[in-house]
Amino acid sequence: MSATKDVLVTPLFKNNPIGLQILGVCSALAVTSNLNTALVMTLAVTVVTAFSNMFVSLIRNQMPSSVRIICQMTIIASLVIVVDQILKAYAYDVSKQLSVFVGLIITNCIVMGRAEAFAMKNPPGISFLDGLGNGLGYGVVLIFVGFLRELFGAGKLFGIEVLPLVNDGGWYLANGLMLLPPSAFFIIGIFIWIVRSFDKQQVEAPEFELAKNSKKEAV
Amino acid sequence: MSANNDSIGKTITVTVLLCVVCSVIVSAAAVLLKPQQIANKNLDRQTNILAAAGVDYQGKSIPELFESTITKKYVDLATGKYTEVADPARYDAKKAAKDSELGIKLDKAKDLASIKYQAKVMPVYLVEDNGQIEKVILPIHGYGLWSTLYGFIALEGDLNTVVGLGFYSHAETPGLGGEVDNPNWKALWPGKKVYPEGSMEPALGLIKGSVDSSSAKAKHQIDGLSGATLTSNGVTNLVHFWMGSNGYAPFLANLKAGGA
Repeated sequence: MSATKDVLVTPLFKNNPIGLQILGVCSALAVTSNLNTALVMTLAVTVVTAFSNMFVSLIRNQMPSSVRIICQMTIIASLVIVVDQILKAYAYDVSKQLSVFVGLIITNCIVMGRAEAFAMKNPPGISFLDGLGNGLGYGVVLIFVGFLRELFGAGKLFGIEVLPLVNDGGWYLANGLMLLPPSAFFIIGIFIWIVRSFDKQQVEAPEFELAKNSKKEAV
Repeated sequence: MSANNDSIGKTITVTVLLCVVCSVIVSAAAVLLKPQQIANKNLDRQTNILAAAGVDYQGKSIPELFESTITKKYVDLATGKYTEVADPARYDAKKAAKDSELGIKLDKAKDLASIKYQAKVMPVYLVEDNGQIEKVILPIHGYGLWSTLYGFIALEGDLNTVVGLGFYSHAETPGLGGEVDNPNWKALWPGKKVYPEGSMEPALGLIKGSVDSSSAKAKHQIDGLSGATLTSNGVTNLVHFWMGSNGYAPFLANLKAGGA
């Protein structure tokens, strides 16, 4: 696999920002109660990560190392505000649902993490692709979680009824837990489980193993 | 190279330049997109008013329909009479509530809806037919479980029968308190009466469980939202507050008596 393709594709499953690096889980809980918001959030995060990587990489040789984090934050925050403004202007309904979480992309560890770990050491083009890949990797999980939560929590996909609800005279009794943020924990856990059972390399060595009983016959 | 970058002069130059560039981009985006955002907000508000009034707006131009059917007026809540505001295009009841001249701070005892501050003047929306009031749409808000619910309640020309109720902004738990948005639940409101016969004390409210339609009180009762007692109480309280003597009751009494 060429290096370019590698940078773009690895974050999807092999080195997924949520699945393997366990970053950005907070927003993944908050915005995945339906597919619509999950998709828009994916787009927003992807755009921000890609462009912040590119701009950070562009000025990396001029950046004073003592204030580099602040400089990265300035770039990221500006991009997030621009994205927020665009959403408010052109996707008002979704931006109302996402509310504060668009603003909170600034604090999303994925964006900062990629700027510091990749963009500071690589040229702009490839940094842009790395940002794109990681944004999409975040999106894969969001959409997986959003799909299950909306389907089983509300019987809908993209707001279109798939499983007719008992409330509306159908047969499906919606699972209210799915609409609450904690359910995303379970689904993300299942996602990680599935990915790791295919890709055994991602399984970490256990940090602590229970020792065998040394006095088995005592009781 | 890095030693050079870390000199005081370079650090200041780079950060200042970066900040200037970023602030130009951010302000440009904010200024350029402002008109579109305001248009969106107005459109959202107008859609909600039309929805509360039960006007069918599917496939029609909302601003035009709004212009042609709805009249906006301002009411002084204390006197219950129509009044004028200095700059109607920019008057915002939410901002006015916190203003020392335009708003009042509510005492705990009066403050059923837990809103703390209330504007002295509120906008009301009327649907008129040849000078006869057909529907009155009143903005209401109050605290639920997690958030302030903002919405509208619409009344028939008799100023007692509910046409509809809807919230356009809230952050209640999806699936539980968030069911205030459920069309089936909203469909319970039309036809209910706010006030008992001969009184201006609001009786309309949510009860626990389902309404027994044979009961004498059924016309003042709405099914509670299951699993959302605090949101249900919040909705009852905000209806009581806004339809009561600190809310629109004086205005509605004036209207009934022949004019405000």
